[in-house]
Amino acid sequence: MTTRVGVVTFPGSLDDRDAQRAVRLAGAEPVALWHRDKDLHQVDAVVLPGGFSYGDYLRAGAISRFSPVMQSVIEQAKLGMPVLGICNGFQVLTESHLLPGAMLRNNHLHFICREQKLRVENAGTAWTRDYAAGQEIRIPLKNMDGRYTADARTIDELEAEGRVVFRYLDVNPNGSINDIAGITNAAGNVVGLMPHPEHAVEPLVGTGGTDGLGFFTSVLKQLVNA
Amino acid sequence: MARVVVDVMLKPEILDPQGQAVQRALPRLGFTGIADVRQGKRFELDVEGPVDDAALARIREAAETFLANTVIEDFTVRVEEAAK
Repeated sequence: MTTRVGVVTFPGSLDDRDAQRAVRLAGAEPVALWHRDKDLHQVDAVVLPGGFSYGDYLRAGAISRFSPVMQSVIEQAKLGMPVLGICNGFQVLTESHLLPGAMLRNNHLHFICREQKLRVENAGTAWTRDYAAGQEIRIPLKNMDGRYTADARTIDELEAEGRVVFRYLDVNPNGSINDIAGITNAAGNVVGLMPHPEHAVEPLVGTGGTDGLGFFTSVLKQLVNA
Repeated sequence: MARVVVDVMLKPEILDPQGQAVQRALPRLGFTGIADVRQGKRFELDVEGPVDDAALARIREAAETFLANTVIEDFTVRVEEAAK
């Protein structure tokens, strides 16, 4: 049976098609999910893609978090379903309280769009098991509100439990605490990050790297072995 | 119709680069003597019916769960003088 990975489309999502394509290239079946539809259509995992859902009105991710589909995603994530939030998807995950902390405007106030070097700090999550801990990858980064923040206690907890999954290397592009680029929940099934693995899955497209494909092959393995 | 105002501000310990940019621009425009600027959001809610304790409690709940993200923001709720 083919593994089904849902990709949510919110009004203002931009990278849902790229995420679907990445899912397909990894060998799974992408399933388009609509923000107003509570039904998850029997998917085994969900990707919340990048973009500017609801125009980033109020706060990035703040309105999407209350959409019908998110009520089902939140429910299933708490039961262990793998969920990956990329960029705006990461913002939706923090607003949903599936991941701790919050995202703020980049400290230099500029929109950033470039290739970013990251270190995979935790290769034990549902979305990173095809990487090695300490591995360095390069994937695109493009955002305005990427400055991850949380109170000191939360940061200490994340660091102590190895829940910082990705860290920016060479340069911190937005002023995030401890160079944090991505984190996971305690169970390791929910992962959020600002850079875009779905844009780095084919040698002919984008920056030419395929360092992002491992996210999608990781979750396939996770689900097949589950 | 009664108006309730919800003010949302970044917590004091959170860096506000937008406020800093405004603060830096002020002296260039001749507005001197302003030591710090913090930028926030103001929501004006026109309430149907009486603004009693129950209505205010619901608005506080809306502010806490939706209008503000209490991880990074503080909010205040106040009733404004009768509008219109």
